[in-house]
Amino acid sequence: MADAESANPLVKVRDLKMYFPIHAGLFRTHVGDIKAVDGISFDIMPGETLGLVGESGCGKSTVGRSILRLYDVTGGTVEINGSEIAHVDRDSLRSKRPMMQMIFQDPQASLNPRMTVASIIGEPLDEHMKLSSDERLARIYELMDWVGLNRAFAKRYPHEFSGGQRQRIGIARALALNPKFIVCDEPIAALDVSIQAQVVNLLEELQDRLNLTYLFISHDLSMVRHIADRVAVMYLGRIVEVASREALFAEPLHPYTQALLSAVPEPDPELERHRKPIVLQGDVPSPANPPKGCNFSTRCPKVMDICRRIEPEVRDFGGGRQVACHLYSESMTTTAEPTAGDIKN
Amino acid sequence: MPDTAMPILDVKGLKTVFRTRGGEVHAVNSVDFDLRPGELLGVVGESGSGKSVTMMSLLRLLPSPPAEMRDGAVMFDGQDLLKISPEELRKVRGSKIGFIFQDPMTSLNPVYTIGFQLAEPLRAHLGLSKAQARTRSIELLQLVGIPDAERRLKDYPHQFSGGMRQRVMIAIALACDPQVLIADEPTTALDVTIQAQIIELVKELRQKLGMAIIWITHDLGVIAGIADRVMVMYAGQVVEEGPVGEIFRDPQHPYTQALLKTVPAVRGPRAERLQVIEGQPPIMYEAPAACSFRNRCQFAFDRCSQENPTLTGISAPGHRAACFLLDKASTPEPEAVDG
Repeated sequence: MADAESANPLVKVRDLKMYFPIHAGLFRTHVGDIKAVDGISFDIMPGETLGLVGESGCGKSTVGRSILRLYDVTGGTVEINGSEIAHVDRDSLRSKRPMMQMIFQDPQASLNPRMTVASIIGEPLDEHMKLSSDERLARIYELMDWVGLNRAFAKRYPHEFSGGQRQRIGIARALALNPKFIVCDEPIAALDVSIQAQVVNLLEELQDRLNLTYLFISHDLSMVRHIADRVAVMYLGRIVEVASREALFAEPLHPYTQALLSAVPEPDPELERHRKPIVLQGDVPSPANPPKGCNFSTRCPKVMDICRRIEPEVRDFGGGRQVACHLYSESMTTTAEPTAGDIKN
Repeated sequence: MPDTAMPILDVKGLKTVFRTRGGEVHAVNSVDFDLRPGELLGVVGESGSGKSVTMMSLLRLLPSPPAEMRDGAVMFDGQDLLKISPEELRKVRGSKIGFIFQDPMTSLNPVYTIGFQLAEPLRAHLGLSKAQARTRSIELLQLVGIPDAERRLKDYPHQFSGGMRQRVMIAIALACDPQVLIADEPTTALDVTIQAQIIELVKELRQKLGMAIIWITHDLGVIAGIADRVMVMYAGQVVEEGPVGEIFRDPQHPYTQALLKTVPAVRGPRAERLQVIEGQPPIMYEAPAACSFRNRCQFAFDRCSQENPTLTGISAPGHRAACFLLDKASTPEPEAVDG
């Protein structure tokens, strides 16, 4: 998305913060915060898919949920399709719900087992639109066609479906109100390998047909490489790197992105024999007590003195690429794209 | 690879059935395989393909009812594990054959310390004293790369991170120096950077200790990096097996071929559209009388719905697949199918 400045983003997130308070002791006093999301900013263009990757606990799901105001955010602003979301009151938020929807990770847990497919898909219609029962049924059938569910199954219950089909029900429900923006929170993580491809292809088809904009949250880097136009990498509540798909996978700049990509095994024994992955030592620190300076400094193979003292600023490399790392702070101008030689140093 | 060595584990005609209210489910259907000393056998398949049930059947770990081992023999150390008494079996489990489960949180007991759980097999199987068991436990934790091992013996499972818990599981499985280690999706619940740590650890331990490993996974990338031999399972049967290089370079079964294509790559060229295997795996309410993959197979023909193919050898040594296309290829027909 080279012309990112010329078009207007559909989703604009600025300095988003989501802290969960920690209460302890007899009187449940507030003793600290889990900084699940700690000041992140990004844009998503209309029709674009932004992949959000990171390991468990890095805050990627919290970002998805905060953007849709499933949580009351601690700070920052979120603008979707020109309307402010993060700080509006409940009534005006409710009127904006139709344009922003979510597809959840676990289709088993996110579908009510006592409701039929028709009533699950029809519920948002009942809540937000005034339809006659014929119009309502016609819309339900249309949605079922879109996601490849047989109309004859409309009266069945979720447990009668396989995991992949259940995810299709969840997708149909998300599409019911003609949303512009959908947060896909690990939509394929619970599915089998051969079913994942079916669901990903469906999401891509629907995006083309309905001009949808996705935030695709996943820990599966190879799937993100397939579906996303741009990718944001999160570590411990912060975005460490954002870049176009091509740039990020061809030449990751942040040491964490480099380690993350190199940790993905190659489905090819020949290449795998000679591959030397960057194995990070230790675990992700607790978000209740993040390290001083750069969040990644405790595990970074290229750590310098400054990293343990000062938090790196996000630097723009042009072409929509941003990196937050001290390796690139000095001796480099903001406009110049770094060359391979610079990165090695 | 010691190709000619006697197999350390030899499984023949294993059949496991679950009796459920909806009828019998045939989870494992005549599975044959062997494992040679020091080898790493990768077992690939989707959920429900019977890979875990096969391995749990070997050690009779499945509750009966509903599970029932219908048939087969599991030869290990000169005895048939399906026939020996429970007392004898107990001497094998957790001592000569170690087991690592997928989810380290649910397979460690939350109310006992790590030290207690590590010492348990050492005292039960090797008859070590408390002090000896403690020394050995510390050694084991150091072996799997847990820092500050002595102090951590007093910790409970919840005080460890996911990757560290899996290291503890590995330490417990290795406690009695097993000849065979069965790892059931040991890295599936972990993040990629932690998965990379565990894979490096297993590679290192293999070199140091030399046990044979069965590694169950659905991730072909993991298999490519560590396995010597691969076994692909579908609907409770082995559909293809062979040396890892052969399986990836020249897969013979249409299921293996499709499975390799559905997974997008992180490196190299990027496909515009993902290949899809239509439909979903069957639930086996009857023992298979025909090829279980035929309804999802793009090459299926008449014979596939009439008989069940058995594993047939292919030119490369040790590479076998259960598919009638292989017969077809060997007996040329006028209207030969390309594929």
